[in-house]
Amino acid sequence: MLVLEKNALSEEIENLVGEFGKDRSALLQILQAIQGKHKYISDFAQQEVARMMDIHPVEVNSIVSFYAFLYSEPKGRYIVRLCQTISCDMSGKEEVAEAVQRELGISFGQTTKDKRITLEFTNCLGMCDQGPAMLVNEKVYTKLDPETAVNILSEIK
Amino acid sequence: MIKTETLSKKRSGPVLFSEYKQGEGVKKALELGRENILFELKSSGLKGRGGAGFPTATKWMLTAASNSDKKFIVCNADEGEPGTFKDRVLLLEYPELVFDGMIIAGYTIGAKNGILYLRGEYEYMLKSLEDYLELLRMDNLLGENIFAGKDFTFDITIRLGSGAYVCGEETALIESLEGYRGEPRNRPPYPVNTGFLGHPTVVNNVETLASVPHILIKGGDWFRTHGTDKSTGSKLFSISGDCKKPGVYELPWGTSINELLNLVEAKNTKAVQVGGASGICLPKSQFNRVLGYEDAATGGSIMIFNESRNMLKILKNFMEFFVEESCGQCTPCRIGNIKLLEGVERIEKDDFTFSYINNLKELGRTMQAASKCGLGQSSPNSFISILDNFKDEIFGAKRKGEKNV
Repeated sequence: MLVLEKNALSEEIENLVGEFGKDRSALLQILQAIQGKHKYISDFAQQEVARMMDIHPVEVNSIVSFYAFLYSEPKGRYIVRLCQTISCDMSGKEEVAEAVQRELGISFGQTTKDKRITLEFTNCLGMCDQGPAMLVNEKVYTKLDPETAVNILSEIK
Repeated sequence: MIKTETLSKKRSGPVLFSEYKQGEGVKKALELGRENILFELKSSGLKGRGGAGFPTATKWMLTAASNSDKKFIVCNADEGEPGTFKDRVLLLEYPELVFDGMIIAGYTIGAKNGILYLRGEYEYMLKSLEDYLELLRMDNLLGENIFAGKDFTFDITIRLGSGAYVCGEETALIESLEGYRGEPRNRPPYPVNTGFLGHPTVVNNVETLASVPHILIKGGDWFRTHGTDKSTGSKLFSISGDCKKPGVYELPWGTSINELLNLVEAKNTKAVQVGGASGICLPKSQFNRVLGYEDAATGGSIMIFNESRNMLKILKNFMEFFVEESCGQCTPCRIGNIKLLEGVERIEKDDFTFSYINNLKELGRTMQAASKCGLGQSSPNSFISILDNFKDEIFGAKRKGEKNV
């Protein structure tokens, strides 16, 4: 990471701490904001959050590692989460999963080389009546079939 | 002023999906006053709609009775139980009910702050909910001194989760709000005494809060006319799986599984999972059982499996879910779920003995007794009920027949 980038990130985190406050109860919100913008929370970012909030870096890391939607490793600009829970599974999630893997040339858990898309499975999205369902970042798509799923992913840049 | 009034609503039901105009319940609450609100709530017999079924009036009374100068009302919208999506419908289509319920709760218990804990998966709703709150503020229904002469200040903030099923457990949810890992606390003490940041806190399910305005307007006795003696009122059921008409239905408690299957036009049904992955799986012979706290209890998740489904595969899906979602804090749940999943995998590979299976069932019962929170206490339910209720398919002649084909 360049010094310039580090400084920019520090400033950004300082602003977030200013916005949400230094109290421990603001920690998850601050991490969510960093996650939302950068798609992951780097070691440096975690250390900066810890320093500015006066908590131990291990504490911050333990939060990042606990929550499934927070990452300490770089992810794609779009994080695609396909629901793997039973109702979606029974309505054809496997076929959708195979099609998107084939199309993108990566497996679930991986990120495309151009850092555009990360594929992941996730647990119940609360769309059981309209499965298979997936999230693309925060947006939800339902009643997928292999073709519509692939089309959605080819349209996002 | 409020935009949802103009939205056409196609749903209908006895309580939640009946006519309601934003603010009606709050107006009625102010007329009644705190004590009468608690009285109506008590006589309604309303119990927690998330699944645990704790009497709502008791929760509110305990918090209202506390002298603390700071109290909180938390709306639990961490709807993560597999097969549950009723809160999604309430938040998207009936936000006025949920927020009015929170305002009434705040007024009754003496809280100035309401927090809606929205699961991370539902972030797509955040904007519309925030906009709705802004409209309420513009109409002076939220904020400083919102009711003339009542000295009542109340506002609602929305906080997002980050993909953790366990945060639906009320003390884990509070831990998460406080900026910690979503690990459940020992109870007691309960959140009504030491909740968010140590202050008395009411944590209610979305549906519970949404029921309150209707109860106040039409009365606790009216609410009791729906449902059964022990399970009063109606319930939202999230129905998915093998049926023609999946979706959210509002039905009185006491509806039988058979009635429900007819309603959603399910054919050739082999099994019904009541209460989500942490619930129980019922075979055909038990479809005459009724939905209610006294019989088949549920937070509303109903998943239907027809004759073509492989019960072992379904069980495996559930156990994989629990292995991933166990917070890892207590041993029975962290290790137990892994052992149960291993058991399913060994049955799949035909690599098991019956004494081993019996040991696993015993382990399941230990987890039910020894786990710290509802997750580990209920995760063995599907393991035990599926292996017991579908043993012919899993261990018996049917399985052999399949292999010969």
